[in-house]
Order: sequence, then C-alpha cells, then structure tokens
Amino acid sequence: MGKNTGGEAETADQFLDSTLESVDSAESLVLDMAEKAGFEEEDLHKIGMAVRESMVNAVVHGNQYSAHKKVHVSVSKGTDRFTVTIADQGRGFELSDVRDPLADENLLRHSGRGIFLIRAFMDELQIRRLSPAGTEVKLVKYLGRK
Amino acid sequence: MSVKLSTRQVGDVSVVDVAGRITLGEGSSALRDTLRDMVSKGQKKILLNLGEVSYIDSSGIGELVSGFTTVTNQGGQLKLLGLTKRVKDLLQITKLYTVFDVHDDEAGAVRSFA
Repeated sequence: MGKNTGGEAETADQFLDSTLESVDSAESLVLDMAEKAGFEEEDLHKIGMAVRESMVNAVVHGNQYSAHKKVHVSVSKGTDRFTVTIADQGRGFELSDVRDPLADENLLRHSGRGIFLIRAFMDELQIRRLSPAGTEVKLVKYLGRK
Repeated sequence: MSVKLSTRQVGDVSVVDVAGRITLGEGSSALRDTLRDMVSKGQKKILLNLGEVSYIDSSGIGELVSGFTTVTNQGGQLKLLGLTKRVKDLLQITKLYTVFDVHDDEAGAVRSFA
C-alpha cells in the first residue's frame, strides 16, 4: 500500500480485502484525492458513485467475498485526467453478457445497473480481462471540465 | 450514517420515512425487510418517503424496484414521495422515473391512493 501526496503529482495504490468495508475505504480514498484534484461537489458525487459500483462488482461478483482474493485500487492524477483503476482476481465476465438495463424487458430487474451508471458518471470507462484471472476496470474523469 | 426507517399510518396509507444511505448491505436489506414485512401484514397502500435519502446506489435502486414489483404483485400500490434531486436524476437516467408514481407533497400522495 502506498500513497504519495507530495506536490501536484498524486498517486495511491492499495490492495483491499474483498469486503463491503473495502467499498467504503476505496470511496474515501478516491474522494479525498479527487477533492484535492479540484473536483466540485457534483463531480465528486459521480466519481464516488462510480467507484462504489466498481468496488461492489469487484468484491461481490468478481472476488465473491473471498478472503484469499484482493481488490487492487490505483488512483492517479495526470495533467488532464483523474484515473481510478480497480482490479479483482475473479473469474471475469464478458461485457456482451451484461443486459441493457434500459431495455423494456430489463427495466424491473433487481440488478444489472452498475456498469450502466459507471458509464453515465465517468468520462471514460475501460474494462479488460486480466491474465491469469480477474477483471480490471479503469475509470477516467477529465480535469478542468464542467 | 446508514439508513433509518420508520413507519406511520396516515388513514389507510402506510408511510415509510427513509433517511440516510440506501446502499448494498445494511441499507438495502433494511428497506427490503421493511417492505416485505408490510406486505406480509396485508398492507396494500405504501408510500415511501425518500425526502431524507442522501445517497442511493444501484443496489438501492434494485430494492426500490423489487419492492415495487412485490407490492404490485400482491395487488397493492407502492408510490414514492419527496425525491431529492440526485435520487430523481438516478431514476430518470435508469428510465425508472416513469415506472414509479412520484409525488412531491404528502397530502396529495395520500389522496392519490383513493
């Protein structure tokens, strides 16, 4: 685990347990850095929510609460973007298998809105499978844009 | 603060005042348990007051939807009251705003059940 908050460059890197408490920890870590990066309340809400949804996916669906698996959270502030990467050690999934939550037949489903909300709240979302196992989600919010 | 729920009766309408965060874990399960308990007691007119809900995630949205379908399938009605801007925005982008009957004032909401 590390966190460099010296000067303008800020990065953080943490390996968290696969628990719901880690969802709160990751949200706090990211929001603390996002606030220092200059984001205002509305963007902070969107970033926090995207991180929560990504962490829940990693803990619940990816690592399935396994005590033997970690969630790797990395945060960095670049010159024009704020990036959060969340990686689990689970079996992975195919993005094409995720149902469209806005389709009429899916509107009243209990779950399946997480990735949709992440995409709605961030400027960029990249999802890739890791080798030998796991899924990495990269969330990007541009700096200096309203 | 997680979630705090309290129930009261206004005529034949059961009002659930919800405050705090409805997120995966304690928050969403508390809401689920409360609604299931009300349905099991035969309450058919349920008004969910979300005026003090500061935060809701996709799990919380899922509980609202499940509560809606559970109550509707039992021949009842579940309506929403006092959405904050953030909750309203969330329901709009998930296309659920038109699924729920949403009200801004309690008296009007209670009358709408009649």
